[in-house]
Amino acid sequence: MHIPDGYLSPVTCAVLYAAAAPFWAIALRRVKRLLNTKLVPLLSLFAAFSFVIMMFNIPLPGGTTGHAVGVGIATIVLGPWGSMLAISVALLIQALFFGDGGITAFGANCFNMAIVGSLVANAVYRTIGRGAAITSPRRVVAASLAGYAAINAAAFCASIEFGIQPLLFHDASGAPLYAPYPLSIAVPAMMIGHLTFAGLAELITAGGVVAYLQRSDSSLLKLTAPDAPDKNSIEKSGWRVTRPLWIGLAALMILTPLGLLAAGTAWGEWSAQDFADPTVREQIANASQNQAPPAEPPKGLVRLSSVWTAPIPDYAPPFMNSAEFGYIMSAMFGTGLIIAVFLLGGWIAGLINRGSKNAPPETGND
Amino acid sequence: MNPVLNNKLKSTPPRKKRRGSFIERTLSTLIRKTERALFAEELARKEGFLQKLDPRVKIIGLLALIVDATLARNFFTIIFIFAIAVILAILSHVPLRMLAVRTWLSVLTFTGTIAFPVIFITPGDTLFRLPLLGWTITAQGVTSALYLLLRVETTVTLSLLLVLCTLWTHVLKGLRVLGVPVVFVVILGMTYRYIFVMLETARNMFEARQSRLIGSLDAREGRRIAAASIGVLLTKSFYLNTEVFMAMQSRGFRGEVYTLDDFKMRGRDWLALAAFLLLALAGFWFGRQDSLQSFVNLHF
Repeated sequence: MHIPDGYLSPVTCAVLYAAAAPFWAIALRRVKRLLNTKLVPLLSLFAAFSFVIMMFNIPLPGGTTGHAVGVGIATIVLGPWGSMLAISVALLIQALFFGDGGITAFGANCFNMAIVGSLVANAVYRTIGRGAAITSPRRVVAASLAGYAAINAAAFCASIEFGIQPLLFHDASGAPLYAPYPLSIAVPAMMIGHLTFAGLAELITAGGVVAYLQRSDSSLLKLTAPDAPDKNSIEKSGWRVTRPLWIGLAALMILTPLGLLAAGTAWGEWSAQDFADPTVREQIANASQNQAPPAEPPKGLVRLSSVWTAPIPDYAPPFMNSAEFGYIMSAMFGTGLIIAVFLLGGWIAGLINRGSKNAPPETGND
Repeated sequence: MNPVLNNKLKSTPPRKKRRGSFIERTLSTLIRKTERALFAEELARKEGFLQKLDPRVKIIGLLALIVDATLARNFFTIIFIFAIAVILAILSHVPLRMLAVRTWLSVLTFTGTIAFPVIFITPGDTLFRLPLLGWTITAQGVTSALYLLLRVETTVTLSLLLVLCTLWTHVLKGLRVLGVPVVFVVILGMTYRYIFVMLETARNMFEARQSRLIGSLDAREGRRIAAASIGVLLTKSFYLNTEVFMAMQSRGFRGEVYTLDDFKMRGRDWLALAAFLLLALAGFWFGRQDSLQSFVNLHF
């Protein structure tokens, strides 16, 4: 990915320097406004960090290892503009002090990795992670994909830069002067490598580090997640967590008339009058292995059944013509009653809790 | 020895052991980087031709030659610039053996691998046909591969000369001459210093992990360790940043940056600058000539 000198024509290099310059200028102005005097140490340390993690060997599936540029994680922690500057400085140090990556191709390397990489990582991370809590697993997925997309976008830019060289720059005999492969070879060759292996190193780095930071120091993830709901508001709304339960409950209510499909009365749920009705007596006998029910309703049943008269007997309010609708109405009414009881209980418990919390200072984690 | 551990050690395939875990490989990369920087520092303090030059002259001169080498449209110019680079290396006590093994050979293998297929796939005048495969080697293909190789060898050698023969503090000051904003130069300088702190921190982390490791790590666990190490390094760099910033503030830092420009051009520097510019101009002029190239093509 680090393009050395000699692969790109000076004209291409100049164009890419020119393309990178406005981004550097904007990034510098934005980051300066944000950080003020903190700019110099923060950028320096982050550039040093980016430089060092480029040295890390990341174990990849299949037993090989690869290097990550770190543009994904830098964008998530620093934001796209900070990441642009930090990665650019790291690349410049590599070129100037360690001889890795070209000096004339420095603009191209920055354009591909620092600028395009940061912008793509930012777009992907913000889109996929939108609205997710800081510690949500969705942020890990978003970070992984952001790193993967960023490095592939950078590789794609590099492959285009390589691919246009033979078109534009060749000698009198037609021999390419710089990177010799046309677009039809350069693009697939670069992209196959990055879509499969090189991209994975970035994917693992970005996703893994975000997962680690979620556990250890989630404050570092806050800059690029301004829309993340904080824990308290989740507790208040509760809708997201309990949504599947509510949907299930609604489905069950709608399905309540299924009970009408069953023939006869439910075994053991007889009322006192049922013992006098000959058709119901027959049903009771059929359901009880042909054992005839007693001629008289049990005395205790008669006595106790008069204690309480249900407002909606047999789930069918007397004013209701449709039995199905009656069932659904009864289900809604019953469920609503249960929820109301629990809400009331919760409110009372909350009142009691608040009273006791005010006394000792808070010690636990929030 | 504990039988479980013993089995675990035995079960490690010997091939994997030789290649080392990713921790060992990362460690060796980190150490190599530090070593290389120390070596450059040492070389930059020697009394050689390039070392004695004013850094501004060195940066302008070597950059001009690099640009020449990338602009050139014929082999002679590139080879000529390469020869200048080798002479400069000898004059500056850069060990040629090291240049040959570490730079020329590694460029030859890397860029050579990339350039090799070009000699077959570039359309043009057939030079030679491979007997069994029927592939044709074209003059244009060979020319193109040679261009790439020569250019990369030359420019890498030149930029390495700059790296090896200049103290990094001088490179930074020299950058100001090229119009790099002061704030960038200061950030570069601080970054360079903290790179070694970070390299050291990372090395300690991996050494600590490695010393507690028996047998081999599976890739999944390895990835977890790699990601966690990066996360720890990130957190540490944040803490360090806070400390550094407080230290800077306590010394009166308010966001403005001043550097000392205490270079003095001496007679030798002016001479060298003139020589560099003359060579660069000559290289530029000869590099534009396609006629030299057609001469080469005719006799290839």
